[in-house]
Amino acid sequence: MAYVAIADRDHEQHLHDPQTFIEKYVWSQDHKVIAIQYGGTAIAMGVIALALSLLMRLQIGFPDVFNITPYNYYQFVTMHGMIMVIYLLTALFLGGFGNYLIPLMCGARDMVFPYMNMLSYWVFLLACIILCISFFAPGGPTGAGWTLYPPQAISEGTAGVDWGIALMLLSLAVFIVAFTMGGLNYVTTVLQARCRGMTLMRMPLSVWGIFVATILGLLAFPALLVAAIMMLLDRSIDTSFFMPALMLAGDATETEGGSPILFQHLFWFFGHPEVYIVALPAFGLVSDLLSTHARKNIFGYRMMVWAIVAIGALSFVVWAHHMYVSGMNPYFGFFFATTTLIIAVPTAIKVYNWVLTLWRGDLHFNLPMLWATGFIFTFVHGGLTGLFLGNVTVDLPLSDTYFVIGHFHMVMGVSPIMVLFGAIYHWYPKMTGKMPNKTLGTIHFWMTFLGTYAIYLPMHYIGILGVPRRYYAYGDTDFIPASAHTVNEAITIAAIFVAVAQVVFFICIFYSLKKGEPAGPNPWKATTLEWQTPDTPPKHGNWGKELPVVHRWAYDYSVPGDKEDFIPQNHPVKPGEASVGA
Amino acid sequence: MPVVLAVVLILLVVGSLVFHFLSPWTFTEIATQWSLIDTTVDITFIVCGIVFVLVNLFTAYCVIKFRHRPGHKAHYEPESHKLEIFLTVFTSIGVALMLAPGLVAWGDFVRVPEGAMQVEALGRQWHWSYRFPGEDGVFGNTDVRQMSPDNPLGVDPADGAGQDDVIVSQPILHLPLGQDTHLLLRSTDVLHNYTVPQFRVKMDLVPGMVTYQWFTPTVIGTYEVLCEELCGVGHFAMRSKVVVDSVEDFADWLDAQPTFAETEARPVGDAARGVTAFLACTACHGPQGQGVAPTGDATANNGPKLAGQDTWYLRRQILNFQAQRRGPENPVSQPMMGMALTLASPQTLEDALAHIATLPDEPAAPTILGDTEHGRELYQTCGLCHGDAGQGNWAMNAPRLAGMSDWYLRRQLVNFRQEDPAARRGSHPEDIYGDQMNLIGVMLKTDSAMDDVIAYINTLP
Repeated sequence: MAYVAIADRDHEQHLHDPQTFIEKYVWSQDHKVIAIQYGGTAIAMGVIALALSLLMRLQIGFPDVFNITPYNYYQFVTMHGMIMVIYLLTALFLGGFGNYLIPLMCGARDMVFPYMNMLSYWVFLLACIILCISFFAPGGPTGAGWTLYPPQAISEGTAGVDWGIALMLLSLAVFIVAFTMGGLNYVTTVLQARCRGMTLMRMPLSVWGIFVATILGLLAFPALLVAAIMMLLDRSIDTSFFMPALMLAGDATETEGGSPILFQHLFWFFGHPEVYIVALPAFGLVSDLLSTHARKNIFGYRMMVWAIVAIGALSFVVWAHHMYVSGMNPYFGFFFATTTLIIAVPTAIKVYNWVLTLWRGDLHFNLPMLWATGFIFTFVHGGLTGLFLGNVTVDLPLSDTYFVIGHFHMVMGVSPIMVLFGAIYHWYPKMTGKMPNKTLGTIHFWMTFLGTYAIYLPMHYIGILGVPRRYYAYGDTDFIPASAHTVNEAITIAAIFVAVAQVVFFICIFYSLKKGEPAGPNPWKATTLEWQTPDTPPKHGNWGKELPVVHRWAYDYSVPGDKEDFIPQNHPVKPGEASVGA
Repeated sequence: MPVVLAVVLILLVVGSLVFHFLSPWTFTEIATQWSLIDTTVDITFIVCGIVFVLVNLFTAYCVIKFRHRPGHKAHYEPESHKLEIFLTVFTSIGVALMLAPGLVAWGDFVRVPEGAMQVEALGRQWHWSYRFPGEDGVFGNTDVRQMSPDNPLGVDPADGAGQDDVIVSQPILHLPLGQDTHLLLRSTDVLHNYTVPQFRVKMDLVPGMVTYQWFTPTVIGTYEVLCEELCGVGHFAMRSKVVVDSVEDFADWLDAQPTFAETEARPVGDAARGVTAFLACTACHGPQGQGVAPTGDATANNGPKLAGQDTWYLRRQILNFQAQRRGPENPVSQPMMGMALTLASPQTLEDALAHIATLPDEPAAPTILGDTEHGRELYQTCGLCHGDAGQGNWAMNAPRLAGMSDWYLRRQLVNFRQEDPAARRGSHPEDIYGDQMNLIGVMLKTDSAMDDVIAYINTLP
């Protein structure tokens, strides 16, 4: 039998609408409910990681006031990093926004494998629970740093070597299982379940970003899984994958012949694509935010798609730029510095195209637009400092200093989070049917945007001075002047300020749920399909009786000659009208 | 709102530039020949700075100029090939401008010049030590299984090439000015990193292999060495120093360091002979080395328990007192500088140590009370060096705590925590192990925290 696309068999499908509360909201197979479950869990994990970062900052800024031991300090460092990168950012972008947006933007009724989608969430939750258990295990969570480098991660002398590290590795393995179930779903849904007329080159950039990021994840996470399993074996049955012959605290180990650098290659073979697993969805979402609120098509759509694909491909050949001073063969430095700086070109093109989207636009500074514009600033800053660290020679003095912390928090912390908040405010009306409160959201924006810059800009400079990262205390170090300690106090105060700003976010979200103005189906006058659903919030199956049919690309804003300044994707092309992306 | 946003963006750009130029936090004064690294950083700053200013000012311009007003409509232009190609070429040129000097400098870094002087830095949790290859110019083999209190670097005694290796087991390295230096890096436990900010270069130490960095010191002075690869709870306290000397001073210093063969030939102590040498100690430490606790009488002698303390630790502290690395900071410990000189002869010192090792080891009577549960939590950090049972560990350079004089531990914790460097134990520039306790001791912020942790130590067997 000839192949028939899922959209063409829509009339044969029988949606089994959930009947009970449990089916609807707990064991739900609806991608929208799963998205909110994923998102809520990820944000809850993020709150834990935020609290840990404050404890860290209190120790660094006011070491004489708070009773934090070095043992605990390194645990906070580790758990903050790992939770933010994996359990917040990865889960929220892909599990949250991926789940919510892919079927709606592609014109599908749901993910292709709804049952597996549900399992993905519950397995993710299990991974979170395992990780949280380590806080209560004997010896507490691991203090190995989020990169978990052996031999340190599994040796006495590091916090949480009894239970913490084992629970961390187990949790990561479980997370990867969850991600794989979700990820296969996202890819298959994008490839197989788009509605009629939705060609790949008509897909909104949000879907492109999430789609390519998911492929990266499916290729990159196995390297982490392998590394985690091998380290678990080194830890539990004394294998020597990563362990050479050692003298640990005066005792010679039985291990022999393993390679600590092998772990680093495996970790960063995952870890660098991971940066783009977070960044590409952010790139995609922010493109749609900018285009919608600028009432202007995204500039250079095709170039944007190819840039996403090129960045995704290149991200697999740059990993060892995290390892310039790791002791690997130094000749690698030539190769990895070159590939790393090449990746700056497609990334710069994306930035230019965002800015050119604003150029000659009709900019409506709604909440999402504020965050999107703020993102341009933070991302330009974070991206440019990446050119310092990516250039192998410049990395020599800066590696392992506060410059690195400043860089990756700007590019991988603040920037994606600017997009996440922008995206939450943007799609909030579709998810809840209510408009987010503009006053509260604006306060939240200014506090977060200015506060984070006050945290991270000075960090670059104390890094240039040479202040090392991951130090519990600095003592009397000759080259660190008293002013650097003062700036540490200021940074801590800024960090507390930003944390308070997040309280405003929660107030805004819950207040708007109760008191928000009704949003209607398409409050931003957006072109993409999720705004054209018959119900808001969309019901199970999304589209009522008939699937939508797409006739145009996702960016028909301010088309000359049209009364309105937007034409939804499912509106037929008028006779004589030139259609982009056919 | 758009006007505010545009103004803020402009202010952030201007503010960042002002911050950049006025910031007191710049590179440290460079002390090696690696000025090419600084040049590459400067070029990167210029290129990136220009892009930062242009992109953000253009964004601010768009935010104001194209903000929504009634009747305003956006321009419709899906793409512009010309503009996109121009921007791609422009970006590629900027990238090449930064990459080229970077790769040239890296080419210099990976190739060590012929005739460079070899030095080995050994890192282990959480200390540094050094080795020179000696007259034959060849390092002897090493093996972690050979490491012991008497052979802390693990040099293979069976390897002839190792006999003349110069052993610097104190964590202070001297280097001659103007000499190309090939620093070989070796770790025996976990990853570490050897960084001197003024030298600009750094490299990880990886157990199981030898890594390297090279540089030519250009400025005489003393520089701090930092470990910059997380290596466990004591990471931040893993310090060392490099002293760049004139060529003559360096030669004198190197001559004074023992070879491996000399360290192996240390005199053997004789406990019987040590009885006499120890007599002078008994006034304060008690006839059996059991310690004499202080009383209300400030003029009465007092001294900590010595019996049962690790020999390597007692040896190091006596040498510290002799060299006045310890003692000047506190009136109570000042007399010990003179007393230590009664053991100035290495043979006498070893005899006394041998005698102390034979003294009966009865736990000292506890005198300090505290919340042992809280103390147990705090001790989680301490135990990583001093041992879970407070038994001490030569490999961590950590003395025994359990069963020793608790009032003395308390006094030393206070000494380690003094604000004034003149009154602080470990503030002597050559007492790096003492300085380590300054760094870690900050976790005990209050008197009650010190009492709690000592009360817990008192519960240890």
